[in-house]
Amino acid sequence: MSLDHDQTTDARVRERGDSAVLRMSESALAQLGVIDAPAGVAHDLAEDETMFINMGPSHPSTHGVLRLMLELRGEMVVRSKPVIGYLHTGMEKQGEQLSYLQGTTNVTRMDYASPLFNELAFSMAVEELLGLEVPPRATWIRMLLTELNRMSSHLLFMATNGMDLGAVSMMIFGWREREEVLRFFEKVSGLRMNHNFIRPGGVAADLPDGWRDDVLRLLELIPPRLDEYDTLMTGQPIWQERLQGVGVLNTAEALALGVTGPLLRSTGYAWDLRRDMPYLAYDKVEFDVVVGTYGDSFDRYAIRLNEIRESMRIVAQILDQMPKGDYRVQDKKVTPPPRARIDESMEALIHHFKIFTEGFKVPEGEVYAAVESPRGELGCYIVSDGSAHPYRLRIRPPSLINLQCLPYLMQNGLIADAVANISSVDPIMGEVDR
Amino acid sequence: MADEGAMAEDGPVDGQDVDDEEIDAADASPQVELAYGVPVTRSGGHIVLHATPAQLVETAEALAADGFDQLIDLCGVDYLTHPGRVDLADTVVGQRFEVVVALINHERRERVRIRVQVPDDEPVVPTLFDVWPGAEVLEREAYDMFGITFADHPDMTRILMPEDWVGHPLRKDYAVGQIPVQFKGAPTTR
Repeated sequence: MSLDHDQTTDARVRERGDSAVLRMSESALAQLGVIDAPAGVAHDLAEDETMFINMGPSHPSTHGVLRLMLELRGEMVVRSKPVIGYLHTGMEKQGEQLSYLQGTTNVTRMDYASPLFNELAFSMAVEELLGLEVPPRATWIRMLLTELNRMSSHLLFMATNGMDLGAVSMMIFGWREREEVLRFFEKVSGLRMNHNFIRPGGVAADLPDGWRDDVLRLLELIPPRLDEYDTLMTGQPIWQERLQGVGVLNTAEALALGVTGPLLRSTGYAWDLRRDMPYLAYDKVEFDVVVGTYGDSFDRYAIRLNEIRESMRIVAQILDQMPKGDYRVQDKKVTPPPRARIDESMEALIHHFKIFTEGFKVPEGEVYAAVESPRGELGCYIVSDGSAHPYRLRIRPPSLINLQCLPYLMQNGLIADAVANISSVDPIMGEVDR
Repeated sequence: MADEGAMAEDGPVDGQDVDDEEIDAADASPQVELAYGVPVTRSGGHIVLHATPAQLVETAEALAADGFDQLIDLCGVDYLTHPGRVDLADTVVGQRFEVVVALINHERRERVRIRVQVPDDEPVVPTLFDVWPGAEVLEREAYDMFGITFADHPDMTRILMPEDWVGHPLRKDYAVGQIPVQFKGAPTTR
């Protein structure tokens, strides 16, 4: 290849091409019945005339690449439609190519704000197919990490919610506290995000030395910061004006639309899988399910803020009750031999090699396992054909299904509140599109 | 655990104690257990109902009336290359596609799955949008990924893939890596 610039002075003509994105916007417009609408913005709107505007996909407040088609009458949103798919990377297809051992590295990248929940749901589904009983310490480590992850995820929500509504210092605060939690994750798993720490059969490693002090430090550090949030936002008139009565959802709508998590609880409907269909050891800890009254954006904010407090309550109990013992199941089929054995035993070396190259076989069947993620019910449906790879891997994404209520939240609201509504649904687009 | 696994593999067992009140004993042949009018098996503690596409809406309505207030999940499965299925009820003939609907009953804290067999030559299933509007995006996703059409769905279009995409990616005959990598051989200005 010649690097002589003088030879190629003619710039190549850029072809418009049939860009997938353009096509998508045209179809979405057609669905809204605006295909014959005049191009550009209409200046003189008649009384009953509506205007269509497009928001996103690269909008700072769309939490990634969410696109909204909005039909407006003046400042009022008449109809809206979320358009998704911009982050679709075929992760469910990819999951069929990876072995069960590699599967957690794939699913952990779906909901990147709460990766440990994805790993947990996947591992629980695989363990149910295998009929494995996870040792108590592994169960409690999983609980500790997922509750801390719920805190970091909700802190991220605090940050982005504040940012979306103009409380920029809140953004800095939220990220700062989240970072403290992520630092602990880094110490435990080696990674801030996408940990691949919870695996079928237990967890990847035992907690590091001094973990208890680190968690205690977090439990001391965060409550005063949450009180600061209260001062900065909860009790503040501007914040209340901005959120109260905005994006109201009622219980019937939420149930009909399949909405789960803080959105469902904000309508006053107390449903939390941790309490109502306990998994791990949630029946051995005490906590309250936080519910709202009005189902508006303020309730959703307040629920998440208080769920951080509840999570800390759970974490404090986990510190007291953490059992001793093994952090993974001692089933030769699933668990590789310890490092020291590999040096002295040829069989252990072969065994180790086979597990990591071929993976382990999982009995035929289908299974659905669900956990309460910070966004709602995160489920994992696996069909196994008896081989070392899932025949079908399906993740039930709470973000995608919760996003369905967005048109309901926005309807007859102000365009200025659209951002507050998107923010309060707290969608993670990596999980929406997978 | 072992018991449940065995039950799921062998299908309904003769003379098994039937504790579900909903089971209509009058219609049941000796081999096949019925619930909500369709054959039933159990898998991992969850009840699995095997409805045909024609029975789906009726079954769904019966379940909704019985307190299954939320449609949790709906997804497709392509059984094209599956070596052999043993977890179907005896009277159910396996087809290439399957639509799996997961429901939850909040009051009884109970989960149910409906597995609908969908033939390859006519992959059409009635929509559940009228029973649970939350099925909307999930049915669109199943259509996009598997090409299963949901009759009377208000907006049966692709959702994740671009509108002009050819093929349905999660089908088993849709090979991984068949899409040319766009970065290779791209013309440059140099």
